[in-house]
This record gives sequence, C-alpha cells and structure tokens, in this order.
Amino acid sequence: MNLFNIPHNELLQHLLNGLTLGAIYSLIALGYTMVYGILKFINFAHGEILMLGAYAGYYVYYLICDPSQGGSFVIFAFIISLLTAMVISASLGVFIERVAYRPLRKAPRLAPLLSAIGVSIILMNLAALFFGTKSRKFDYPIDNTTIQLDGTSITPNQIMILAVGLIMMTALKLFIDKSRLGKAMRATSQNQSVAALMGINVNFIISLTFAIGSALAAVAGIMMSLEFKLYPTMGQMAGLKAFIAAVVGGIGNISGAMLGGILLGLLETFGVVILGIPQGLKDTIAFSVLIIILLVKPSGLLIKNIREKV
Amino acid sequence: MPLLYTQSLRREFGGVVAVSDVDIEIFKNSITGLIGPNGAGKTTLFNTITGLDYPTSGFVFFKGEDITPLPAYKITRSGIARTFQNIRLFKEMTVFENVMIGRHFRANHPHIVKNRLINFILGRIFVKQEEYDIYESSIKWLDFFGLLDFRDEYAKNLPYGKQRELEIARALATEPEVLFLDEPAAGMNPQETDELMVTIKRIRDLGITVVLIEHDMKLVMNICDKIIVLNYGRKIAEGTPAQVQNNKEVIEAYLGKTDE
Amino acid sequence: MLNFILLIFIYIGIYAISALGLNLIVGYTGLLSLCQAAFLGIGAYSAAVLMTAFHFGFWEAMLISGIITALCGMLIGIPTLRLKGDYLAIATLGFGEIVRNIIVNWDSVTKGPMGINGIPGPNLFGFMFSSMDKISWVILIWVIVGISYYFVRRIVRSRVGRALEAIREDEIAASAMGINTAKYKIGAFTTGAFLAGIAGSLFASYNQSVAPLTFDFMMSIMILCMVVLGGLGNNYATVAGAIIIVITSEIPRLFGISHIIPPQLNQVIFGLILVLMMIYRPQGIIGRVKLNYAKILKKEILHLEK
Repeated sequence: MNLFNIPHNELLQHLLNGLTLGAIYSLIALGYTMVYGILKFINFAHGEILMLGAYAGYYVYYLICDPSQGGSFVIFAFIISLLTAMVISASLGVFIERVAYRPLRKAPRLAPLLSAIGVSIILMNLAALFFGTKSRKFDYPIDNTTIQLDGTSITPNQIMILAVGLIMMTALKLFIDKSRLGKAMRATSQNQSVAALMGINVNFIISLTFAIGSALAAVAGIMMSLEFKLYPTMGQMAGLKAFIAAVVGGIGNISGAMLGGILLGLLETFGVVILGIPQGLKDTIAFSVLIIILLVKPSGLLIKNIREKV
Repeated sequence: MPLLYTQSLRREFGGVVAVSDVDIEIFKNSITGLIGPNGAGKTTLFNTITGLDYPTSGFVFFKGEDITPLPAYKITRSGIARTFQNIRLFKEMTVFENVMIGRHFRANHPHIVKNRLINFILGRIFVKQEEYDIYESSIKWLDFFGLLDFRDEYAKNLPYGKQRELEIARALATEPEVLFLDEPAAGMNPQETDELMVTIKRIRDLGITVVLIEHDMKLVMNICDKIIVLNYGRKIAEGTPAQVQNNKEVIEAYLGKTDE
Repeated sequence: MLNFILLIFIYIGIYAISALGLNLIVGYTGLLSLCQAAFLGIGAYSAAVLMTAFHFGFWEAMLISGIITALCGMLIGIPTLRLKGDYLAIATLGFGEIVRNIIVNWDSVTKGPMGINGIPGPNLFGFMFSSMDKISWVILIWVIVGISYYFVRRIVRSRVGRALEAIREDEIAASAMGINTAKYKIGAFTTGAFLAGIAGSLFASYNQSVAPLTFDFMMSIMILCMVVLGGLGNNYATVAGAIIIVITSEIPRLFGISHIIPPQLNQVIFGLILVLMMIYRPQGIIGRVKLNYAKILKKEILHLEK
C-alpha cells in the first residue's frame, strides 16, 4: 500500500497509535539511557523493573478500590497506586544496583553485563512463580469510551498516556538541565573521578539515576498494562525495544531517548500498514532498525561519533 | 632517503587541528625524539603514522611506499611497531604469551601457508613447528629484557617498570624496522630511567630505528640523534639536542613568551 | 531410570557442543553473544528441512546445516567489527529474535509454530540410530563432543587462539601487534555458529521433531551459564559446566519431584549463577589454565631450557 493512497483520517489514526506506543518506549528508554550515560553499561534488568512496578501498581490499585464502581475515588486510588509503584520500582532499582552492579564497577566490561542478565532472569521468573504466568487486565480508572473525531478514534487512555508521557519527560528534562542534582548527574556522566573530586557523592548520584529511571519505568509499566496486558515477561520485549529506541536516539542522551522512542513507535505502526509487513514480523522491524543504525551510525542520531582514546 | 617520512600530515577532530601539516623525516638506525608541551599532538601524530587513526590529509611513506591508507595491522606487518602511553598489555595473559602474540604474523611456517585450514586441523607436526618457532624467538626477546624469570606471571601482576619493558619486548617481537615508543619513561624512577636509556641504545644497536615521545629531558637530550619539537600541532623546530635547546621558539613554547 | 540418565547424557552432549562454540566467541574472543540458541535453531531447522523435504541423509544434512549456520554466524559476525561489548550483546539478542520470528512466520518451509515432525535418525553403515536405542545415541553424540573438543583445542592452543585472547584483552593493542582483528572476530563467530549448527542437527535428529519455541532466549542464557560457570576461556571447564547445568535443571525430574518444583525455579537458579559467579568468582569454578608451553613442546625445546 502506498502512503498517499491512505485517507488522511486513517493516517492520523496510525500517527496517534504510533505516538502512544512511542511515548511508552520513550519513558522506558530514558532509564536505559540515563544508566548508560553514567555507568556505561546496559541495565538488562530495566524491563523487569518495569514489570514489577506494573504488578506493584496493580496490587495496590485493587487493594484500595474496586475499579468497576467508577467515580472519583477510583481515579484517586489510581494515582496513589501509580505513585506507590514508582516508589517501589525506584527502591528496587537502587537495591539491584547496590547488590549486583556496584561490586562489579571496576570489573571487566563483560561482568556487570552478565550480572544484569542474571538479575533480569531472576526477577522475571520470580514474578512468574509468585504472580502466575497468566496475563491480567488492568481496569481503566476512567471511562474509556472511544471518542470519534473526524473519522479518527482516540481513547481517553491514549490521551492520558500521551499527557503523562509528556509531563514526565518535560519534568525530567528540566530536572537534568536546571537543578543542582541534575548538574551533578551530568558531571558524573562526563567523568566520575573528577566529579568526585569536585565534592559530588558519586554513589548517591548513581543511586539517584537508578531511582529516577526505575520510577519512570514503573509509569511506563502501568501505561502498558492499561493499553495492553500485564504478564511476567512483558518487560522483556518492551525493554529490548526501548533499548533500541535509546540506541537510535544516541545512548546516554536524554532527548535522544525521547526522539528514538517516538520514532520507533511510529515506525512499528506505519511499518505494518505501509510496508505491508505481516503482523507476526512486527518485532523484527525494531531489531532490523537496530542493526542498521548500529552499522551506519552506531553512536545514534543525536550524538557525534566518538573514537576510543589510544 | 629517509626510512620513514610524512608529507604535510594533518589530523583534525571536529574543528580542532591536532596535527597541522607536519613533515618529519626518520633516518635509518637513528634515535629520534619527539617532544612538545602537553596537547601538542605528539600521540596523535604517532597514531596517524601507525594506523590507529586516520589522517585528515597528508601522507606517510615507509621504505618509499605510501602506507597512509593501510590499517594498523598491515602497518605493523610492514615493519613498524609501537608501545602505548598508557600501557596496553594483554593483562590476563602470561608474560610469555604477550611476547608470543608479537610473533603472531611472523610465524607463517612455509609448509602451512598452502591449505592452511587442512593443515591447521590435521597437521599437528607443522603447527608444532610453528609453535616452536614462536617459542624460540619469544624466549630470545624475554631474555633480552631479563624477563625470563617472570614468563609465567600474568602481565597484570608485573611491577610497573617491568610492564613497560614487556610492552617494548612485545613490540620488538614483531621484528620491526622502526619502533615507536610513546613516553617509555613515564612513571619510572631515575634509576629505571637510566636502565631504559641503556636498553634503548641496545635496541638501536640491533639495527632498529627508534622514535620516541618523552617528557624526560635528560633521557631525550642524552640518547637522541635528532629531536623534533611540536607545539599546537605544528613542527616548530628540529635538529640535534644542542640546536633544539638553544632554539628561541622552543624555549618560548616550554616557558611561555617573555616580554621585554 | 537408566533410560533417563542416558537421556541426560544425550542432552549434555548436545549442549556441550554448542557451549564449546560459544566459549570460543565469549570466553576466548570476549564477544558477548546472546544468540547461540538461534544458531542451534538454524542448525536444527536446516537439518530438519534437508532430511524431510529433500530426503538428505543425516550425515550430509548435518554437514550442510553446520555450514549454513556458519554462514549465518559470519553474517552476525560482520556487525561485530564495529560494535563493542554491550551493543554487540543487544545486536546478537536482536538477531536471535529475528531468527525466531522468521522460523515462526515462514510457514512454507518451517511449518510455522507447529514445527517439523518425522525427522529420521542417522544411518551409519546400515546401522540405524533410533530414539529408543539411547545407548548408541549417547556414544554417537559423545564421539562428536570429542571431535569438537579436539577441534576447538587445536584452535586455541595455537597462535590463532592467542590472537583471539589478545583481541579479548585489548583490541587496539592486538591490531598494533599485526593481528587482523576483523578476520579473527568473524572467524570466532563462524566457528562458534558451526558447532551450534552441528549440535542443532543432532538435536533435530534425536528428537525427530523441531519446534520454534525451543530455541528461545532462555536457551541462549542456559548455554551462556555453562560457559560462565565452568570458566570463560577453558574448554574442559565448559564441558563440566554443561554437565552441571543440565543435571541441575533435570534434578526435579530425576527424583520425580517435578510437580513440586516449578520450572521457573531452574531459571532463577541460572540467574543466580550468573550474578554470584560474576561477583565472587568471575573466572569460573575451574578458571583459566596457564598453558605450560615448555611441556607442550617438550622435545623440541630441550636444548633451549639449559
């Protein structure tokens, strides 16, 4: 099918779906990119932090309210569960860094990476043990009746995802660019030892990075469970794709992660429609994009190529 | 004709010119010193010559041939070896293995060149012959540096001075005609530096041309036949140690301009 | 019971072959590859298609599928020229997912999610290996393990092996030593994939069937665990790792308590192995051995030792 043959309202529809998906990828990608910026390693367990955050939110949500009743209390309960999930995920992220990554900070590069893969597998399977492998549905806190706009349909849930995504990303960007702690984070990612000499508590900054990244992952996890489903392996594929988004944008670069996430979301949606890629091969798009980007411009779209210093 | 020379070699990083149209000439069996303040582009010049970095423009000629576009491993095979400013040994390998790696491409035993794979899988005898050649010459180089007693240590466990020596031994094992040493005396105490001076002269006496970057002026002035001075990527002086020491521009580069 | 133990040994053998291949890539060359299961899958499917659709014999099919897998290994090896550590790991992971996606969706050849059934066993001078006859299978597979072990050992105990290790330790220094790093990195991937392809064809032929879900990420992790547990860069430790991991994961079935112990627990154990080994014993249970070159080359060097 050709791009120009598609009626514009349908095009708008795909654009909207792609943006929603992209917003979720962006939120997850931020966690990868922040950790990579500081520790120069991929936190493989990030997807599992997302999944556990979503479960935490789910249990808190159903503990305090019965969503089928509706009303303002449900919305309140949802916000509470979102915040709790963020706190739980953040603590988990900090804990994992303390236990599994910090002892390996001076080790060869392969070591923390293997350790992270180990953590990811442990969490995924523990979740399957405790929560069961069946997928669950998170009930909408708000009435999710589709709104029709000039032939394009949009759900309130999509609006919420876009809004929350936008708010979180703007807040993060402001925090990193303007605040003192944000400045300390940027300094630490430039050069850890010099940052330490300047009186920055590097360990604290690293913990903070994990906390923020993990809290964002929890938000993404809950958004995902609302839009799709909740299951123990949900973090694996989402995490991978978000990582790809981070690479596309230029890993270590906050704006790059946002851009990469949106691009990947759009690409997946339009890839299926325009290029006629079968639904079953949808995931292949992301990985092909990754391999192409890595081959053509491994440093990502927003970063200049850097050579290793000899 | 010089053994190795560059023609207006230039390397830019973004807008920064690290090496600016440098012409240097290295003559056979000499010791040439490359000096200059920090950030003068000395290591970048080394890297562009030895193929670890590509020049933006300009040429490098070695034995009359243009080696500019060659990758690092081919340049090494053509007879240029080097050491690194921040020692880059194969840390988790033994001292002996480090030197053996230097023999890697020299050990093409004539019998195994043809049908490499088949010989490799089946030809135990030939591989043994190859290993034997590697073994023998590696022992020779370890002995040259007095490292034989350390041969089964992991490289990372050697004392610092020995690590520097091992790196030179490893480079020499490739049988170079020109040896580039990037700050060989860095971090050494005066006694070790004195030993190093003797070693470098011994290397030259083997018929190997030596080019070195060094901040230790005592070493440079004592053993170099010729000194090239770089500042801000440009060559500002060259000549014998005595000539360079009295060059006005060199003194300015090191001490700053003196106002009348 | 005996049958079950034999079955375990068959699986240990198959995994040991692919772990030996992975050890060449991860342990020796230091390239973290997370797609060994995909290579096994490619090998298994190539063998299955060759034997069922084209009626090849087992031996030809095994060799051809080994070569096909090696070519795929070369294909994934090419990006490694530009990628470092973490990026490479992700790229290989992506490659693994692409392979699985293709297997599931390429219905006309792979029969999609259902997989391929009725794969015949090998025929050796008129002797048919049947799945019932486990003893012959154990012998066959362990003979191939032996050959692979010898093959890999030949590689690592020569200048080629040292070149691989040099690349692992410091790629830039390796290229400054005259080593064509690109060639050896691709070579490691090609060889590692070849061995996985051989293991895959054995897998297909022994099970008489292949299904796409078998060759997932968890299988890659399991093979990685074998390499890490035994010791990166040590072949004999890799085989030991394969023995430990397969037995550990079969203990519940061995003692008939699989209904109490859920399968996820196994994978939690694999995860723990990775984390704990990295923190407390990164060199593996056995670790690297220093080669005694004097002993290896004993006769030739007697005069040098004096």
